[in-house]
Amino acid sequence: MRNVYLDNNATTQVAPEVVEAMMPFLTEFWGNPSSMHWFGGQVARHVEEARARVAALFNVSPSEIVFTGCGTESDNAAIRGAADALGPQARIVTTRVEHPAVLAPCRRLKEMGYAVTELGVDASGQLDLAALRKELRNGPCVVSVMWANNETGVVFPMEEIAAMVKRAGGLLHTDAVQAAGKLPLDLSTIPVDMLSFSGHKLHAPKGVGGLFIRRQTKWTPWLLGGHQENGRRAGTENVPYIVALGVACEQARLHMAEDARRMAALRDKLEQGLLASCPDARVNGDPVHRLPNTSNISFQYIEGEAILYHLSDMGVAASSGSACTSGSLEPSHVIRAMGVPFTAAHGSIRFSLSRYTTDEDIGHVLKNMPPIVEKLRALSPFVG
Amino acid sequence: MWDYTGKVLDHFKNPRNVGVVENPDGIGEVGSLACGDALKLTFKLDAEGRIADVKFKTFGCASAIASSSALTEMVKGKTLDEAARVTNQDIADFLGGLPEQKMHCSVMGREALEAAIAHYRTGKSEKKILAGKVVCTCFGVTEEEIERVARDNRLTTVEQVTHYTKAGGGCGQCQPDIEEILEKLARERAAERSRPAEETKPLTNIRKIQLIQETLDREIRPLLKKDGGDLELIDVIGDRVVIAFRGMCAQCQVAEFTMKDVVEAKLREFVSETLVVEEERP
Repeated sequence: MRNVYLDNNATTQVAPEVVEAMMPFLTEFWGNPSSMHWFGGQVARHVEEARARVAALFNVSPSEIVFTGCGTESDNAAIRGAADALGPQARIVTTRVEHPAVLAPCRRLKEMGYAVTELGVDASGQLDLAALRKELRNGPCVVSVMWANNETGVVFPMEEIAAMVKRAGGLLHTDAVQAAGKLPLDLSTIPVDMLSFSGHKLHAPKGVGGLFIRRQTKWTPWLLGGHQENGRRAGTENVPYIVALGVACEQARLHMAEDARRMAALRDKLEQGLLASCPDARVNGDPVHRLPNTSNISFQYIEGEAILYHLSDMGVAASSGSACTSGSLEPSHVIRAMGVPFTAAHGSIRFSLSRYTTDEDIGHVLKNMPPIVEKLRALSPFVG
Repeated sequence: MWDYTGKVLDHFKNPRNVGVVENPDGIGEVGSLACGDALKLTFKLDAEGRIADVKFKTFGCASAIASSSALTEMVKGKTLDEAARVTNQDIADFLGGLPEQKMHCSVMGREALEAAIAHYRTGKSEKKILAGKVVCTCFGVTEEEIERVARDNRLTTVEQVTHYTKAGGGCGQCQPDIEEILEKLARERAAERSRPAEETKPLTNIRKIQLIQETLDREIRPLLKKDGGDLELIDVIGDRVVIAFRGMCAQCQVAEFTMKDVVEAKLREFVSETLVVEEERP
């Protein structure tokens, strides 16, 4: 049976050229880049080369890139570090559709006494900019707004948001874990202060991420105990994975336009095909301002976990915002924040493509999905 | 993925008795689209009052569908009195067990059956009737329901109650209320245990040994076996229960603790307050 992996917003395949580039740093060049001898020194060079490659993806200076252990660490470090630097009078503004890696540290700050506001979104998942503008009038704040949503792929107008926050004198962090490598993120023209990204969402391995911190940003390091990363993130560098991240970012930069075009075409084919073949299906999110690889479709009157198990039987890997898949009892906070009706909220399926997705993959899903929907609808007390 | 048993996956992929019985004698509906799962159960009785035909329609995850399918298989051919004795644990057992977070699926099955039987007997609502105070407004779970499920399944934590009834799993505001219900049940259990011995009929020796053996088999040995240990009942002399640890337990540093804390506590709970457990000395 054909195996079709359409869960790339969860994690991606490590690119073969990335594996090849990182291997020597596991087998041969395993020195500590901080060491004052030839064995470590030769490794430090590669860490800096990787930093330059990562910086090029965002069009920033290499010295503004800090390597971390994952996207979650980057988010935590950015938000906690900014709040710490600005002091308890700082207000925190974020959105209701952020990844838990942002929402949880913000809620922790709230428990610690910070004023925290979570902005809502409209039915298409777009941010309420008027509400943001209003919040910005209330004095200095740290704003954390994601660039693209992991569940729906909805892209926020970061250029406009950054301009608004800067005018108000606020500090802007963005979780770009899903946007990095898929959208051109030119930070030389978009004035975000901090940006989080993750390796394993762009064909590097799990266990490495990064944080862009614009020069002169008020920020206090989180992880202490070493001079590494210019004192901004203590801990011996994860050299093989940093090298991997560098190569993955370079690949993403070089092939972004072409990959995005291909993925969007396949995604649209999948989406239109499913909407045509499955009655009572709807797309969640903003169909225009969206990542090229993501489609979130609700199949009404049936439940997401049941769909995923049947899809998995057919070799198809996808994910769902249904309550049952997470072990929680309510559908995803993103779907709920958009006000998706309950008839559809529990049956939302996310298909996320990568540069490795083929036309045959999409054909396989288009062939197998309608009978699954039909089978589960025959069981549903809300149909027929 | 969830760790579903083969039987759960079989009933999910090949559900038995799907549909709606024509001219049903009883109809039971529980859950809703908002809750994320819902079940409609219909049955028809034969001339002797046995369930001749039973069908279900379910909106929900794999374990909700499997629990519904299992329920229909279990009650077919039963009288309504027999069927009414099916517990949610019976449904879970039939399927070879369910992940704890999914136990509410089995509870939904039992509730639908209860609603269908009530519908047949009273001719009133086909929907589950919310009796008493609603504790969890997110999922519409009443105090009565929480108490019943907590008692039937011996639940002791709020988290377990959420896994079994969904109560407390939405906004979480009712969690202190659930805590209170659990405390009340714990007080009731304690009161029952401390009832003076003369109120209850004294145990005959045979019955006492039987009860001790049953309790050891049901409550203790499965726990010990998980760690590669076991124990054996050697003798019962009056209130003295002599046991011997086997397997890993025989060398275990904390065996003394296990004996007092677990074995004695369980025997006192289920057999008699006055029992004293000791280990056989070679």
